[in-house]
Amino acid sequence: MNLHEYQAKEIFREYGIPVSKGMTVVNSGEITKVINSLKGKKWVVKAQVHAGGRGKAGGVELVNSVSEVEEFTEKWLGKNLVTYQTDEKGQPVNTILIEEFTDIDKELYLGAVIDRESQRLVFMTSSEGGVNIEEVASTTPEKIFQVAVDPLNGPSSNEADYLSTKLNLTDSQKLEFQTLYLSLTKMFIEKDLSLLEINPLVINAEGNLICLDAKINVDSNALYRQESLVAINDISQEDERESHASKWNLSYVSLDGNIGCMVNGAGLAMGTMDIIKLQGGEPANFLDVGGAADSKRVAEAFKIILSDKAVEAVLINIFGGIVRCDVIADGIIKAVEEIGVNVPVVVRLEGNNAELGSQKLSQSGLNIISASGLEEAAKLVVGSVS
Amino acid sequence: MSILIDKNTKVICQGFTGSQATQHCEQCIDYGTIFVGGVTPGKGGQNHLGLPVFNTVKEAVSSTRASASLIFVPAKFGKQSILEAAEAGIDLIVCITEGIPTLDMIEVKVRCDQLGSRLIGPNCPGVITPGESKMGIMPGDIHLPGKVGVISRSGTLTYEAVKQTTDLGFGQSSCVGIGGDPVPGSSFIDMLSLFESDPLTEAIVMVGEIGGTAEEAAAEFIQSNVSKPVVSYIAGVTAPSGKRMGHAGAIIAGGKGTAEEKFKALQRAGVHTVRSPAEIGKGVEEITGW
Repeated sequence: MNLHEYQAKEIFREYGIPVSKGMTVVNSGEITKVINSLKGKKWVVKAQVHAGGRGKAGGVELVNSVSEVEEFTEKWLGKNLVTYQTDEKGQPVNTILIEEFTDIDKELYLGAVIDRESQRLVFMTSSEGGVNIEEVASTTPEKIFQVAVDPLNGPSSNEADYLSTKLNLTDSQKLEFQTLYLSLTKMFIEKDLSLLEINPLVINAEGNLICLDAKINVDSNALYRQESLVAINDISQEDERESHASKWNLSYVSLDGNIGCMVNGAGLAMGTMDIIKLQGGEPANFLDVGGAADSKRVAEAFKIILSDKAVEAVLINIFGGIVRCDVIADGIIKAVEEIGVNVPVVVRLEGNNAELGSQKLSQSGLNIISASGLEEAAKLVVGSVS
Repeated sequence: MSILIDKNTKVICQGFTGSQATQHCEQCIDYGTIFVGGVTPGKGGQNHLGLPVFNTVKEAVSSTRASASLIFVPAKFGKQSILEAAEAGIDLIVCITEGIPTLDMIEVKVRCDQLGSRLIGPNCPGVITPGESKMGIMPGDIHLPGKVGVISRSGTLTYEAVKQTTDLGFGQSSCVGIGGDPVPGSSFIDMLSLFESDPLTEAIVMVGEIGGTAEEAAAEFIQSNVSKPVVSYIAGVTAPSGKRMGHAGAIIAGGKGTAEEKFKALQRAGVHTVRSPAEIGKGVEEITGW
């Protein structure tokens, strides 16, 4: 789960992590009041969306007057911001963050992720912060410095000292960095983050460290114990069908093709997309009904797939382990009866109670094409749309 | 021989009396697994599926001498249940539970290593040695005792590989689903090294997916440490870059971990790769000449 920059910065403040003073507006009427409570004659306005690359896309600007703030707000509120990290529709802008201007002396980069290879929480820094950090990482990886947090003993100031030395910080900045590092680590662990990125972390004209941006991603497995974060989740940033699907514990991602897919297991779901493509077709979606699918959830999955008007055929590929194929069959029958299905449906059932499932489908009298084997299923569904 | 479990492995289940656990333990018992009891805190002293229930793993181990535990507890109890098993001296912990927070798993993995317990999973279908013992949720009847070792990050793709090697009559020595989470208890490399030294395993199928660099690391390991033929399929060639695919394992980040990169690394290591999940069995046939 992603948070907005302004939400992330509120959490930063809770942990005493230095950020610029800022306030949000959701309509232009609030601008004057907000500007009056901020210092200076220059401000930074930032469109709040769940995506990076905002600066290059015009979603972040330095402004010098209230009218410029109004202009920016007018331009973005209610519109979609398209960046290289979004799809072509972009993400809706419903909130603008207005911050006091920071005079920047140097831009650094600071990021933290769970590194799968070392199986550790790893912090990365670079003195080459800013919008081109990905290029820095790929062309000059020696400019990225990493430390791992000890999983049993927690962070130590040694790690902070190593990084701040590599960043060529002054002695007083090193102390600030140490506090910053320890607070960020504490926050990462207490809030169950999976990603934390501050780009840029800046040294301001006074020589102090300030986090100018904040990106936070929360481990979706830990949401059960992060109620306060779940409460501020902005679902307007999620694809409507995808968030509806997640309410039903279905994992759905919409794609550009015309063959809807319903599969159990993420690996097999990707494998099914791969084989559709190999057979010359185009998958319309990724959908994992999960291990504990019941007939209601299958019916809901069916509705979600068919709500995509581009879908011209559906392939259901179930290899029952936990999930019983007869239960899936009940769900398919229920959905087809409830919502009416006008496109060819190819079903391949294998594993747990597969025979009973196939029997149910064939006795249902519905127009369902039964396939044995994955390849045959893919051929049949691709053939049905071409 | 086989890897991890055989017909003599004594197994307990944690979360024993839950509905999923009950259903799957029953199937494991039917398959021939030697179940000696289970653990559900607060239900110690009862009987379930004709077996004794204990309050703690420690009690279960001292009374039954179990060496393996199959875990079905809810995700929020995942960490404490795995640690309880490891601290009670369980050698092999197979955790089916999905949704355990990643930070919990980082700590669990370190502790299991320290205590000398091998952890398979979480978020996995489990382990089976066909014809001998099943610790997991895989449908037993698609398996056939035989000579192919199967390792996979994805549950249902494991079944796909199994069915194909069964249909061709090769059968499996053992099959291990290592799970799709970012921090799994055991890696491809751990399992490759077990299969390499298992005399019954004559070929290995490794099913990977996009995200992370476990397949690339496995490729390097295979090149210098595995003499047996390896066939590999990687799911997710068509997955759009940057979109999350429901598995924590399935995120493409920064150009690394793509299916193409993984295929290339495996090919460089001499692994026979197949592009379709329906051709895994055929791949084994081709590379072994069986």
